[in-house]
Amino acid sequence: MAEPGKNNLCVYETEITSRFFLGTAQYPSPGVLADAVTASACEIVTVSLRREAGNSGAGEQFWELIKSLGVRVLPNTASCYSVKEAVTTAQMARDVFDTPWVKLEVIGNPDTLQPDIFGLVEAARILCEDGFQVFPYCTEDLVLADKLLQLGCEVLMPWGAPIGTARGLNNVYGLRTLRAHFPDVPLVVDAGIGLPSHAAQAMELGYDAILLNTAVARAGDPAAMAAAFRDAIVAGRTAFLADPLEMSDMASPSTPVIGKAFLS
Amino acid sequence: MRITVNGDETDVQATLLNDVLRECGYMHDRIATAINGDFVHTSARAQTRLQEGDRLEVVAPMSGG
Repeated sequence: MAEPGKNNLCVYETEITSRFFLGTAQYPSPGVLADAVTASACEIVTVSLRREAGNSGAGEQFWELIKSLGVRVLPNTASCYSVKEAVTTAQMARDVFDTPWVKLEVIGNPDTLQPDIFGLVEAARILCEDGFQVFPYCTEDLVLADKLLQLGCEVLMPWGAPIGTARGLNNVYGLRTLRAHFPDVPLVVDAGIGLPSHAAQAMELGYDAILLNTAVARAGDPAAMAAAFRDAIVAGRTAFLADPLEMSDMASPSTPVIGKAFLS
Repeated sequence: MRITVNGDETDVQATLLNDVLRECGYMHDRIATAINGDFVHTSARAQTRLQEGDRLEVVAPMSGG
């Protein structure tokens, strides 16, 4: 059995007991969001910034809800297509949320919402130098990952599939290679997860955590789906620590052959 | 003077950012600001002066993935 505390995740010197990071967007209501966060048992939720009209108070209401849930926030730079936008958004997020954490997204294509890896590297460089603790939304590209680590990122968040597609792990080989190449770097699969089985698969590969939003928020019963993901992520992690059997091309009998009656 | 606040052209009397925010109805603390795409820290708002045609962005916490 794993020793106590072995299952905790440490990112930027912060110990986290839940390996499930949950997004806060697209829920039918604030109440449903709160129920899903509670059911997920997550400790980290992603949040964002948007324009607010004077006297609106919407942002303040949302913030009060998040505070009441007792979770840490990971602000994102969603919808930013340039380094300048992403850096400015990160600076504004640090001002509002009072955290050096930022989920850095520099989007390169509106159809796939895939990271602009060149812009990502440049934005990560600027933000790391400015004292941010960057959680980069990236691809499974090894060279990119290495560059982000060199710049000071202490966690990487490769996509499973394009945001919101629910396709699961598009490139298992690439994700497996990334995990093998950086065995000690916290790796979080972010985006594209549609089912608890996808999350369990990533955890079985040895990924450290899962970040998802749409699969829970747009489920028929978000709280129930959050609970399903919670359990799948724990199951996948437990399976990884239990050292799974390797795949084989040839069959091998599970029932002992020795001692079988000779009946032909 | 006329500035743009979150994409809307707006006439304001004040010139200091703190005063412009108050004039535009921003009473809550949990907002962040940028002028012409450059971040302005909360602590700098009292000294930051806007000019005719400036683009002011005011953002607040929102759900995100």
